[in-house]
Amino acid sequence: MRHIISILMENEPGALSRVVGLFSQRNFNIETLNVAPTEDETLSRLTVTTVGDDRVIEQITKHLNKLIDVVKLVDLTEGSHIERELMLVKVKALGAARDEVKRTVDIFRAQIVDVTPSLYTVQITGDADKLDAFLQAMAPVGIHEVARTGVSGIARGDKVLSL
Amino acid sequence: MELLSGADMIARFLQDEGVEYIYGYPGGAALHIYDALFRQDKVKHILVRHEQAATHAADGYARASGKPGTVLVTSGPGATNAVTGIATAYMDSIPMVVLCGQVMSHLIGDDAFQETDIIGVTRPIVKHSFSIRHPSEIPEVLKKAYYLASTGRPGPVVVDIPKDMTTPTERHEYVYPKKVKLRSYNPVARGHTGQIKKAVELMLKARRPVFYTGGGVVTGRACEGLTDLVKRLGHPITTTLMGIGAFPQSDDQCLGWLGMHGSYESNMAMHHADLIIAIGARFDDRVTNNTSKFCPTAKIIHVDIDPSSVSKTVRADVPIVGPAQSVINEMISLLQGREIADPEALNEWWQTIEGWREERRGKLYEPSKPGEPIKPQEVIEAVCRQTRGEAYVTTDVGQHQMFAAQYYKFDKPNRFITSGGLGTMGFGFPAAMGIKQNFPDEQVVCVTGEGSFQMMMQELSTCKQFGGGVKIINLNNASLGMVRQWQDLNYKSRHAHSYMESLPNFQQLIESYGFTALRVETMEELEPALEKTFADKHELVFLDVMVDPHEHVYPMQVPLGSMRDMLLSKTERS
Repeated sequence: MRHIISILMENEPGALSRVVGLFSQRNFNIETLNVAPTEDETLSRLTVTTVGDDRVIEQITKHLNKLIDVVKLVDLTEGSHIERELMLVKVKALGAARDEVKRTVDIFRAQIVDVTPSLYTVQITGDADKLDAFLQAMAPVGIHEVARTGVSGIARGDKVLSL
Repeated sequence: MELLSGADMIARFLQDEGVEYIYGYPGGAALHIYDALFRQDKVKHILVRHEQAATHAADGYARASGKPGTVLVTSGPGATNAVTGIATAYMDSIPMVVLCGQVMSHLIGDDAFQETDIIGVTRPIVKHSFSIRHPSEIPEVLKKAYYLASTGRPGPVVVDIPKDMTTPTERHEYVYPKKVKLRSYNPVARGHTGQIKKAVELMLKARRPVFYTGGGVVTGRACEGLTDLVKRLGHPITTTLMGIGAFPQSDDQCLGWLGMHGSYESNMAMHHADLIIAIGARFDDRVTNNTSKFCPTAKIIHVDIDPSSVSKTVRADVPIVGPAQSVINEMISLLQGREIADPEALNEWWQTIEGWREERRGKLYEPSKPGEPIKPQEVIEAVCRQTRGEAYVTTDVGQHQMFAAQYYKFDKPNRFITSGGLGTMGFGFPAAMGIKQNFPDEQVVCVTGEGSFQMMMQELSTCKQFGGGVKIINLNNASLGMVRQWQDLNYKSRHAHSYMESLPNFQQLIESYGFTALRVETMEELEPALEKTFADKHELVFLDVMVDPHEHVYPMQVPLGSMRDMLLSKTERS
């Protein structure tokens, strides 16, 4: 099963490599990875999506917690949560397809953020499924480039991940 | 307030931390630190002849004393040479601080002379690592390093020190930090009381219980408590290789150690148990054999300070995360006034175990007949008699390691010093040297083989310079015995590179360093030679014993089998 694990870690050089290294060292899997500082400049928040059965996920969270640089973590998929990913896509926009792309962008509540005579650059946010669906819809038109941020997430309701 | 250079801070910190010996090797990036060490006389530096030996010597000291060992090496090759020793300490959870010189900060990343990203290289084999970014950080970072290395589940910590952090002319305030805090590191102080209660109830009700305890009991200083607990319950106990001596082996309740080459009765008892009480052990593959066939009828209580060890390879029914000592003490107090539910069943269990013991009594190996080569097992038994079972025994890796573990009887913890997890050849001699220098009045024996010894024999020179009256028992079978054994069993005796051609004349080699060497070929020569070997505690003696090269280590678990599936000799199977 797919899990989204969010980690608060020391904003120190080397902290990220310890987290990433742990996954390769112990043969755990990383599907997406996203990291940035938080409002507290001493902390970074890292969100990783991974796949594994309960035993593997238990090992992943235990080993992550063991890292000295990891201050706190939560498996967002254990509860109700919001997940978002941002994607920038360059799609071919020529002739009749130019209008078709625009319509599809509207249907997906995406935005065109840059335009050339032959290309649209589209910005779209949502969960991973929505982004996949958009790519599928654009495939026949022609996709030139894709940049995805990887999943970020937060728990619903009063639950917070903070110190 | 005192102003010190980074280099002087390091020397001063080591004094304030109570470090007596450090093991190391100088080089460009570490020279300021070496100069600071030169200008003081409290911390003694032992100059090894290879950085790997520095880590093993510090490691041996740490295992024998329970205190963190300290290593100092230079950047690049100095640091990479230390890697095997760091990995060895990591796998066996040994507290160690490794100070590495590094090139000047402004050169980092430029592929400078003797530059290696040692933080990156060692990342998977350290508990944590630090890079010094300003000299003023030094006291706090070093304190954190020792704190992390020696608390919770111990392990090695690397501190990378760019040369410009130790510049003699740049001085900063030095205060010895008595305490440090890390917001993300809080090792558990005690186990969950509800879980401990549950465990105690199971222990009282069990009909076929076995204690299975490991190195965590030794590093957690819980051996006395463990002995008390096991005595109260009257349960059988088996230990891992790392846990040898946590419970006296001469006691009838001790079944020896378990696993791949563990005792027949240990492995049989584990397989048939209805309750396994694992404390400070990690269900390593050399213990469990095939996990899907592991202890099919047992419930498992698992006590460990490291949550990630619990249910890692074998699922625990009653997981308890906590330090061995406090959990055991809590168990003991819960047992006050309680009785075993079914003493009759436990009695029957003991009869079954005695039956297994009886099956193998006198059949463990076939002693040599007159005129035949000495059996390696006979040598270990003779060494044990000669030292009354009281020596510190280090080993390298292979057949001799297993024989030492099987035939030397340990009644005390911290005495059997071996690379259990990583299986590092070359560990034994420098480890013995580290122990001897710190415990000069004790007998320290290194049981080795001619293959392993040659990996670190350059340390003879270190012993010549600094003293290190260890007794080296070389079980010389002129082959890499364990490799050869596997080749006999699995490769139709095709001995691919397990034969040691062109061995040196060890006698001449040892004597060239000014030490005594003895060579023994027959049983009649063995006892007198051992007497000579152990006559003077302070003298390094190398005893070269020609042993039967055809001997195998048994029992030996059958690959992919259960605990009870063992080869018992070249012709018998369980």
